[in-house]
Amino acid sequence: MTATPAARPRDIRPSIAVEDVTVRYSNGVTAVEGASFALGPGTICALVGVNGSGKSTLFKSLMGFVRPAAGHIAIAGLEVRQALKRGLVAYVPQAEEVDWNFPVLVEDVVMMGRYGHMGLLRIPRQADRDTVGEALARVNMLPFRHRQIGELSGGQRKRVFLARALAQGGQVILLDEPFTGVDVKTEDQIVALMRELRAEGRLMLVSTHNLGSIPEFCDQVVIINRTVLAAGPTATTFTPANLQRAFGGALRHIQLGGAALHADADTRQLTVISDDERPLVLYGEEDGKALAGEDAPLDRQDARR
Amino acid sequence: MSFVETWLLAPLAHEFMQRALIVALMVGAVCAVLSCFLVLKGWSLMGDAVSHAILPGVVLAHVTGLPFALGAFGAGLGCAIGIGYLKQNSRVKEDTVMGIVFSGMFALGLVLFVKVDSDQHLMHILFGDMLGVRWPDIAETAAIAVPTAAILLAKRRDLLLHAFDPGHARAIGLPVGWLHFGLLALLALTIVVALKAVGIILVVAMLIAPGAIGFLTTRRFDRMLAVAVASALISSLAGTILSYHLDAASGPCIVVVQAALFAVALVVNLRRAARRAGGAAQPA
Repeated sequence: MTATPAARPRDIRPSIAVEDVTVRYSNGVTAVEGASFALGPGTICALVGVNGSGKSTLFKSLMGFVRPAAGHIAIAGLEVRQALKRGLVAYVPQAEEVDWNFPVLVEDVVMMGRYGHMGLLRIPRQADRDTVGEALARVNMLPFRHRQIGELSGGQRKRVFLARALAQGGQVILLDEPFTGVDVKTEDQIVALMRELRAEGRLMLVSTHNLGSIPEFCDQVVIINRTVLAAGPTATTFTPANLQRAFGGALRHIQLGGAALHADADTRQLTVISDDERPLVLYGEEDGKALAGEDAPLDRQDARR
Repeated sequence: MSFVETWLLAPLAHEFMQRALIVALMVGAVCAVLSCFLVLKGWSLMGDAVSHAILPGVVLAHVTGLPFALGAFGAGLGCAIGIGYLKQNSRVKEDTVMGIVFSGMFALGLVLFVKVDSDQHLMHILFGDMLGVRWPDIAETAAIAVPTAAILLAKRRDLLLHAFDPGHARAIGLPVGWLHFGLLALLALTIVVALKAVGIILVVAMLIAPGAIGFLTTRRFDRMLAVAVASALISSLAGTILSYHLDAASGPCIVVVQAALFAVALVVNLRRAARRAGGAAQPA
C-alpha cells in the first residue's frame, strides 16, 4: 500500500468479527467475557453500556492495545495487527484524552492520519497534502487549518479528528463518545457526515451515552455489560427490555400509562429512558415495544424533521 | 579595545575555555532536542530521575572494572524502565514511583560508594568539570550527541505523534514500544555522556528549560524545536563567558542564563495572551 491516495484500499470489505472474546487485565480483573458480535460494511453501530461495562476494553482490543485471553477478533478478515498495519482502523478519541495545549496545528493533526502512507521519515508529498485539504474541506474545517488545536470549539475539535480518520482512509472507524460536549448543530453535522461515510461502505462503531439519537442514525446496536447482552439491528435490539438488562438501575426510566394521559381506552404508554444525556422517548403498546419494532429508524428520523 | 574583544573574545583565547564551550554547545543542543519531547510527554523529571539513578551503575562498573559508561547506561535505563513497569502495575502515580525509584537507586549508589575504595575521580564523573574537559572527552561526547540528535530529528514526527495521541499511533501501526523505549534509551545515553562532561545540575536543567521556553514561544512543533535549540546555544555561550568573568563554575552560570531566558519567554507569553484576550473582548 504505497501510493494509494486517500479513500479506499482495493479489495477491502470493512468488517468486524468478535468471537467469544475474553479480556483479562494483569491485575486479574476480567473486563469482558465471552463477547461475540459481527458487523459488515456500510454500517453505523452503537456500542451501549454503563461506564465500566467494557466498552473501552472492547475498543482497546480492536486497536491491539490489549490482547484477548481467549477468543478471536478479525477486522476486514485480517488479524488485528495486520489490519492496523494497513491503516484500516481509524480512531476518534474522547475530548478529554487529548492535550489541547500541544503545539500542533489543525493541519498537523490531520496529516498524522497520513503517517501510515508515508516513508519512514514521514515527509509529506503533494498527494498527502491534497488528501489533508480534502478531508478538512469535507468537515468544513478548511478555513481553520492554521489554527492551533486549543483555539477551537468543542465541535470543531471533533471535526478535526474526524478529518484525520478520513485522511487516513480508515475503513473501520471507532468513535469514542463523539457527542460529549458538542452542541446539537455539531451533532447533526457529525451524524450527517457519518451517514455519508456509511453510504461509501465504511463501518463505524460509536460508543455513546446519547441513547436518544441512536435510533436516528445507527442501524446496528451492540449492548454490553461485561459481555455482549444483545447485538443486531437497532429496530429489534434497541428495546427497553435489553436496555433494562444492560443498565439495571443506572437509567432513568419513566413510564406514563394511557390512563394517566387521557380518558379513553387507548392503552399505549409513553416511555422515557435516559442516561442523563438525550433521553430515549418511545410511545406505543406496553413499554413502547410495538413502535420500536415496527418503524424503521430512518423513517422515524425523516418524520421527525 | 572594543567591548566585543574584551568580553567575548578574550575568554575564548584560552584553549580550556574553547573546549568547555564546545562541549557545552554540543550537550546543550542535544539536550534541547530531547527536552521538547520530554516536556510534551510530561516526562520533565525523568531526566532528573535517570541522572541520579546512574550512581549505583557507576560504582558497580568501577568495582567490576567495566567501562564507566556501560554501568551508568544500564542503571539509567533500568531506572526508566522500572518506573514505567511500576506505574503500570501498581496504584501509585508516576511522579511518586519516580521519586521512590530514583532516590532509592541514588541512595544505594551512595551506600555502595562508601563501601568501595573512595576515589576522587568518581565524584568528578558525577558532578562534571567543564573546564577540565579534554579533547578525547569531546570526541566521546560528539560520538553520542550527534547520532542521538540525528535520530531524534529524523523520527521527530513519530515521537511527537506518540506523545500527542498514543492511541492513534498504535491504530495506524506505528511501533509504539520502540518509540517509547527508544526515547528512554536515548535519554539515558545522553545523560551518561553529558554528566561526565558537564555535571548533574546542568544536565537536569538542560533537559527541561529549553523545551519549556520553546513551548511558551510558539504553537508549532518544528519552531518549538528551533527555539529550544537556539535558547540552549545562547545560554551555553553566554553562561560559559559569564563564568569566566565572574570566576564562577560554568555549569551553574549556564543554568542561570537559561532560567532568565525562561522568565523572559514567560513574560512575553503572558503579555501576548493578555493582548489576545483584550482583542477578543472588543470585536472590531
